[in-house]
Parts: sequence; structure tokens; C-alpha cells
Amino acid sequence: MTEVSIPAPRTREAPAAQRDVRLAPRPPTGRRLRPGPTSARALALGPLLLLVGWTGGSAVGLIDPATLSPPWTVVTTFGELAADGRLQSNLLTSLQRSVAGLVLGVGAGVGLALLAGLTRTGEAIIDGPVQVKRAVPTLALIPLAIIWFGIGEQMKIIVIATSVLIPVYVNTHAALRGVDARYVELAETVGLSRLRFVRQVALPGALPGFFVGLRLAVTVSWTALVVVEQVNATSGIGYLMTQARTYGQTEIIIAGLVVYAVFGLVGDTAVRAIERSALSWRRTLGS
Amino acid sequence: MATDTRELTAVRATTLTRGFGARIVLDSLDLEIAEGEFVALLGRSGSGKSTLLRALAELDDGVAGSGELAVPVERSVVFQDARLLPWARVLDNVVLGLDGPQARERGREALAEVGLGGRERAWPNELSGGEQQRVALARSLVRRPALLLADEPFGALDALTRIRMQELLLELHARHRPAVLLVTHDVDEAVALADRVIVLDTGRIVVDRPIPRGASDAAAHRKHLLAALGVG
Ligand SMILES: Nc1ncnc2c1ncn2[C@@H]1O[C@H](COP(=O)(O)OP(=O)(O)O)[C@@H](O)[C@H]1O
Ligand SMILES: [Mg+2]
Repeated sequence: MTEVSIPAPRTREAPAAQRDVRLAPRPPTGRRLRPGPTSARALALGPLLLLVGWTGGSAVGLIDPATLSPPWTVVTTFGELAADGRLQSNLLTSLQRSVAGLVLGVGAGVGLALLAGLTRTGEAIIDGPVQVKRAVPTLALIPLAIIWFGIGEQMKIIVIATSVLIPVYVNTHAALRGVDARYVELAETVGLSRLRFVRQVALPGALPGFFVGLRLAVTVSWTALVVVEQVNATSGIGYLMTQARTYGQTEIIIAGLVVYAVFGLVGDTAVRAIERSALSWRRTLGS
Repeated sequence: MATDTRELTAVRATTLTRGFGARIVLDSLDLEIAEGEFVALLGRSGSGKSTLLRALAELDDGVAGSGELAVPVERSVVFQDARLLPWARVLDNVVLGLDGPQARERGREALAEVGLGGRERAWPNELSGGEQQRVALARSLVRRPALLLADEPFGALDALTRIRMQELLLELHARHRPAVLLVTHDVDEAVALADRVIVLDTGRIVVDRPIPRGASDAAAHRKHLLAALGVG
């Protein structure tokens, strides 16, 4: 037998994959339909303009301090409230209420949405009552809630939770219903169990909708908190503001509003950050 | 060499009938596919190809019909769209619904087989159309199907990618030998890939033509099939 040896081809250039190329990010070119990336700084622009207007208006005397206290008074008020500990204790109480209501409401909303979205009986039993609850304003429920649950923490947390439940339920339920039928068919062909179908197809498919609901829920938990604290409370930021109204202290009312605004924004930003990392697979207009 | 002339059947459909409302789509159709046989299914648009494939995949609950059907339990489906879960990484898509510690290892091997080794952690959105369809092939293969059902799997791909995918499918069929039913509207694809081509028309099989491997009369087959499809 003769052996023929074939010389290996010589390569002059390194293969493309091995060349060390550092690619610099290119500036965007041309007209785009997507709005472009939003930075945290850009998002702060609107609130910042408001602040500048408020400060300027107060400084030149355009804004009457009896109507709206100037920002520096609000700042010193914060200092005083923090010094005597009223700010911290009331803030903590408010936070506890809203977080407890949020957690309970989100859990209940997701649970009910799953039952209604994935089973016929669940849909028949759950959807109607939730839509009815949705039509009733939180404030209108409070007299009944007080009779049922008293005026303690329990009543407040239940009112917040039932308010939070609505946006979570509505959005998660709609998203579950909207999960692409083609994925359901795929799940059937690969023989997914019901449990796995829920975990690997239904829930992730409904996640974008759930986050829409969650963002609304954070805001709702905050607004429901205001309602329960101003109607009947002996502690919390809302109570602080109600007291201030009695004595005409606009600076404390403003301080309370600032707290609500800051925590509302912080809550929303936190949810958006979680949303971005949980939905990193998405390639959409907003990303 | 073979003493037993009866081949084992993977699919046996007898007097299979399916319809939507008053419209009969499959009309008392008989079909057998042998183990390991590669069958291409041609037919005009609306002739019932997908209806037949979905019947064999048992994906047609609620569709009216009758007839007897025997199909293997281990079957997998490749759709025209790759149908990957966009929220699951490539490897998780491949092993969707599989159990056991070896599942992921087998998933990796299947990905390597379709030329996507190293892309396990990519999102489906990051892949091209051809790559996505290769992931779908890997997802089918990893289940070691006795029957592979594919409904125009390359219909949405560009011509070059389609040729590569056809070669890949032939290669995978040669290696794993599942019975294949490939729905296609491309006569050349059918002749190039299949051991046997059937043509569906008004719910019945009007042509059932073996294509011997290595035979060089592709042009004749092509002409015959085009005529059966009412073209040329
Ligand atoms: N779910 C359905 N409901 C009503 N009619 C359908 C449905 N699916 C298919 N058909 C009808 O059945 C016929 C065959 O469809 P199909 O099997 O998809 O054809 P092909 O795949 O060969 O193009 C078509 O006339 C189509 O309109
Ligand atoms: Mg079709």
C-alpha cells in the first residue's frame, strides 16, 4: 500500500475569529422611529424643572407662602420633623402599611389571575366579583371596612391590599389570556405537564403584563395609603398631614407630599429596574 | 440480504377523514409510512397538508372526523415558524419538557449537531431565522423521535439558508433514522430529500411515487409531480 500524504494548506492570515478587534460603539446615524435610549438623567429632567419653577416663583414673590410654602421652609420643616423623630416613626408606619398591603394584594392578584386565566371555573367565579370591586372606589369601601375590621392596622392593610389586587389581577389576567396559542400548541407537542406549562410558558408569557400591573399597584398602594391614613389614623404620613391641615401648617403638608412623591418615584424606579432584568429577553421599542 | 420483506410501519392511517363545518378536508385517506422512511407531502395551498400533519401529530382535538390512526408516541413536530419560547435561552428551549440529569447534556449535543455549539445561553431573539430553525430541529432531535413531522419548516428561509438546512435535515435523518413526513410546496425539495413523494388533492392522495436514492432522473420526477399539481 502506498500512502499519499496531502500537505496541510498554509494559512497566511489568522482566522477572523482570532483577530483581536476592539469595536468602538458607533454614534447613531440617520432617522430612527424608535425614541432612543432613556437615561436616568433624562427622566429626572421633568421633576427638576418643577423644582426650579417652585424655587424661582417663591424667591421673586410670585407664590404666596400661605398657599404654598417655599422649598427652603419645607427643607427646615423636614429637619425639625426628623429632629423630634416624628418623620421617622410616621414614615416607618406608612411604609409598613403600604408594603404589607402591596405584598398581600400582589400575591392575591396573581393567584386569582392564574385561577381565572387558566381554568374555566376560575374565570366564572372570580372575574365577575373582581370587576365589581374594580368599579367601587376605595374611599366608598371604608365605612364598611371599618364596621367589619375595626379601625386598626388590619382594616388599613386590607383596604390597601384589595385596591392593589385590581391592577395586578386585570393586567396579569389579560396577559395570560393573550399568551400566544402557538406556544400552547408547542407545549402540547413536547408533552409539558400542566404545572410545567404554567411555570415555563404561561407565567413567563404573562410577565410583561404582570409588570404593568405591578407598576400601577405600587402607585395604588401609595394612594390607598393616603386614603386610609387621612380618614382614620393616629399615625403615619397621612395623619401628620391631616394634623397639619387643622393648624394650617402648609409646610408640613408639602413635606408630606414630598415624601409621597419621593417614595412613589423610588417604588416605580425599583419596579422598572426589576422589570428590565426580568424581561431582558425582550427586544422592544423601549429597550 | 433482507429476508423479511414486510417493513415495520411507523405510521398507519386508515380511512382518515377530517373536516371543518361542511367542508371535507381529508377524504377517507389511507397512508402508511415505514420506519425510517422519508416522505415528502406536496399539494396546492389549502389541499389539506397541514390538516393531515396535525392529525398525525394529534394536534387536532375538536376537529370533526373519523378513521383509524396509529402513530408512535415518540414524535416531534417542526413548525414553519421556529416557535422558540422568547423568554427561554436556547438550551432551555431545546430541552423543554425533558427530565433527568442527562437532558441538558443531550441538549448540548443536539445543538452541536445542528452547528450551534456554544450558543446555549443565547436568547432566541439574538439568532437569525436559519439559526432559530436549527434550534427547533435540535429540539425535535433531542427527543429521539420515531416520527418527525415538519410543516414547511424551511418555507420562511432564504434560498441559501434553505439549501443548508436541507442538507442538515438529510444528514440528521441518515444518522438518526426517524420516519419523516415533510410538508413542502417545493417540488425540487421533495425530490431531493425524500424516499417517496405523495401529492394531496381534494383530500385524497393522488400521487404516491417512490424516489430511489441515487437515481438521476430527477427531472422526470419533477415533471410528473408538477403535472399532478396542475402546473406545467
Ligand atoms: N381551524 C380551521 N378552521 C376552519 N377551516 C380550516 C381550519 N384549518 C384549515 N382549514 C381549512 O382546511 C383546508 C385545508 O387547510 P390546510 O390543511 O391548512 O391546507 P394546506 O396546509 O395544504 O395549505 C383549507 O381550506 C382551510 O381553509
Ligand atoms: Mg399548511
